[in-house]
Amino acid sequence: MTNSATERLSVVVEREVPFPPEKIWRALTQPHLIEEWLMKNDFKPVVDHRFNLSADWGAVDCQVLSVEPNKTLSYTWAALGLESVVTWTLTPTGTGTHLRMEQSGFRADQQQAYQGAKFGWQRFFAALEQVVARSD
Amino acid sequence: MPDPHDILFRALADPTRRAIFERLCREGEQTVGSLTVRSGVSQPAVSKHLGVLKHARLVRDRHEGRQTHYSAQLGALGPLIDWTSQMAAFWQTRFDRLEDLLKRMDQ
Repeated sequence: MTNSATERLSVVVEREVPFPPEKIWRALTQPHLIEEWLMKNDFKPVVDHRFNLSADWGAVDCQVLSVEPNKTLSYTWAALGLESVVTWTLTPTGTGTHLRMEQSGFRADQQQAYQGAKFGWQRFFAALEQVVARSD
Repeated sequence: MPDPHDILFRALADPTRRAIFERLCREGEQTVGSLTVRSGVSQPAVSKHLGVLKHARLVRDRHEGRQTHYSAQLGALGPLIDWTSQMAAFWQTRFDRLEDLLKRMDQ
């Protein structure tokens, strides 16, 4: 039996990256580098620091939860009315680093917290319209 | 039998119908009459659109005297919002960009 009130959703992405953890750590924690692969930000690797990630589709509110240089980094991730936690784990391997990202923490029933106003209806449905038009 | 996703997508693909649904999302429950006032189409047309939205379970109607009140049912959008697959795709592209950046970075 599943209990939807306590069920957690989680997304895991893992990769073997041919670079040492120290180098990846810089890309994960230096604002000008974060901007290059993720989003504009005012990140600082300091526990409790609040920061924003911003893109043309909106902003993500974050707060640093834990920082262990070259090993793990986690922060909250609140966007589109949903709250979650993003955790990065860096594990050295013989040839580089095993990089793991897990985003988790909110319940399946909170998916409905997506509200019209926050969802970017216009863009979403414009795309939908094209899809439907093509399928005719 | 039509796929529930098809019903949902088709209900929302029409701009007038979508405008009606968005108004109900934004402004809460309304009667056909008040929806017609700003919709730019006739009352029978609005009623027809509401019928399609109701079939897709995007709106619910409530009868009160001679009036019918319609409200948006956001829960019906659930099947469209598969959070985990959206976020997984998002992070895959970000990992690609991160790897590109690492290749360009100085040691």
